[in-house]
Formats: sequence, structure tokens, C-alpha cells
Amino acid sequence: MSLLPLTFAPTSFAQTGPVLTVTPPSKLKVKRGGTATLKLATSLNAGFHANSSTPSESYLIPLKLTWTPGVLEPVDIDYPKGHLQKYSFSEKPLSVITGAIDISTKFKAAPAAPAGPAMMTGKIRFQACNDNACFAPKTVEVKLTVDIE
Amino acid sequence: MSVSQVLRVAAAAALLALAACSPNRTVSAQSVRPNKDRQTAPDFVLKDSLGTPVKLSDFKGKVVLLDFWATWCGPCKIEIPWFIEFERKNKDKGLVVLGVSMDEDGWTSVKPYVKELGINYRIMVGDSKIEQQYGGIDALPTTLLIDREGKIASVHVGVASKQDFEDAIEKLLQTNTASRQPGLVPPAAYVRAN
Repeated sequence: MSLLPLTFAPTSFAQTGPVLTVTPPSKLKVKRGGTATLKLATSLNAGFHANSSTPSESYLIPLKLTWTPGVLEPVDIDYPKGHLQKYSFSEKPLSVITGAIDISTKFKAAPAAPAGPAMMTGKIRFQACNDNACFAPKTVEVKLTVDIE
Repeated sequence: MSVSQVLRVAAAAALLALAACSPNRTVSAQSVRPNKDRQTAPDFVLKDSLGTPVKLSDFKGKVVLLDFWATWCGPCKIEIPWFIEFERKNKDKGLVVLGVSMDEDGWTSVKPYVKELGINYRIMVGDSKIEQQYGGIDALPTTLLIDREGKIASVHVGVASKQDFEDAIEKLLQTNTASRQPGLVPPAAYVRAN
């Protein structure tokens, strides 16, 4: 809650920030000792861009998906390729993502994994900007229901 | 038009021209709020890179440019060289530039960045308290100009124009100087009064 009087806090500071919406994934079935790929469908609201997983400048924060250790082991994460876009605040084009993007994760189940339902938790961290301002890095949690067969 | 009217118009034009050229020219800074609309800037104490506490209210009597920024913020990187210049050009006139970094990892990222960009003004690392005090600093850069009375005269969210900053700084430095010296009448006021 703002400690400032209403005359100070409102329009000048309040901006609609970037929102990364993640479509809840369907249950993922994996055979013991086998692999399966999850495609996470996400979407960044219009007017914003986020750095890709391989930003063009070292000081930029990359898009990153991490999974909390669980019954499945993520063996490969495939990010969308960023497109190069020039902004008024950047000297050279930046590698960014906009709009709808998919992030794929290839999981592997251990041969001795217990059969039955389980849950995996992932976190997508992103940092977005609009044409003249940047917003603090945000993290979106993803819950994945898994069925080990 | 009578001779006296012509002379009066000519005198006014000359004064306006003088005002535009003078170091104390009256500037148009649209982002600067009228005095009556200004709120007192919330006071804070943060440590600079040397561990020295920096308290905002200690700068009362000065014009303060308070910049919230982060190393990962591209637009902030555009403005920082301007602020370096403002500090260099105006510190003797009563301007203080303060930068508050909102980097999560604090000095780890900030110290090398400050060195790389050659920042000549005081940098602190912000915390959730100052973020809350200033109404939630969501977008960066967010830059405030605080007048000599410690009141917020303007707020810029996102990159603003360098000229706008320069005009606003000049106006705040000038206005307060003028108000403290009763004998000094700004040229534009003189024209209006005559």
C-alpha cells in the first residue's frame, strides 16, 4: 500500500505492467525410463517485449524456465528464438520476444520412478519493457500434473 | 500606435530577448508542477557504495534529481550520461543528483556498472521500504525533481527528454534563487508588470 497521499501516487507512477499468461498445461504422461515433451503456451501482453533467452547485451536479464527437482528430470529446454528489434533506447537491435510464445521442456523419468500421479513445479522468469521504460523482473509459477506409467 | 507604446513594445521585446540569452533566463518547463500542487518527498536514509548514510532531508535547500534505475534497464542507460552532465554542470548552482538502484542483487551488479559508466553522483541501493514510500516503483527509470523546499516538483516515468530535464532543473534552480533574493526580479515578471 502506498504511504503517499493520493494526489502524489496515482497516474504518474502507476502503469499497467507486463503480464505473462501461461496456459495451464495438460497432464503429462511419461513411461518409467522414458521421455516426454511438454509445450508451455505463454503470452506476453501487447505493448511489451521481454528479453529472449539469449539477450544481445550482457546486462539484460534473459527469459528462463527452471523446474524444481521432482519425479521428472528436465533434460532439455527449448526457448523461442528471439527476434531482433531496435528500440529508441538501445544503440543496437535487441533480441526479444513478444506476444504468444511456446517454451518446450523434454523430461525424462527414471526407470525406478514410482508409478502414479505426481506434480512438477516450474518457474518462468522474465524481464520486460515497453518503448520507454522497463519493469522489474517477474516470476510466473507453473504447475504440471504428471502421470508416471 | 503612439511613440510611447512603440517604445514600450520595443523595451518588452528587448527584455524578452535578454531573458532568452541570460544565464538566468526564464524557462518553460512544462513538467514542473505549480508550487501549490507539490507534495513533500518522503524522507529516506540509504547507504552509498562506501557505506555512508545518505539522507534525503539533508539536501534541503538544494534541488535534488532523484533517479530510480537498474543495471538491466536499457532506457536508464540513456539517461545516466545526462545526469552525469547535469551533476557536473550544476552542482555549484545547488543541484544534487542521487541515483537509487533497484537491482535485486545490490552492489554486486551496481558497483561494476557505476565504474563502467563513470557515474560521478551518489548511488545507493534501494529496498522495499523506499519502493513503498514512493508509491511502488514499478517502471524504470522513474525520476523525480525535488525543489529546495524538499517538495516533488516533477515526476518522469520512463525516458524523458534531456531538454525537459534541463529546463526543469534550470527553472527550479532559478526560481528558488530568485525567491531568496527579493531585489532580483525575473525578466518575464518585469515585462508583465510593466
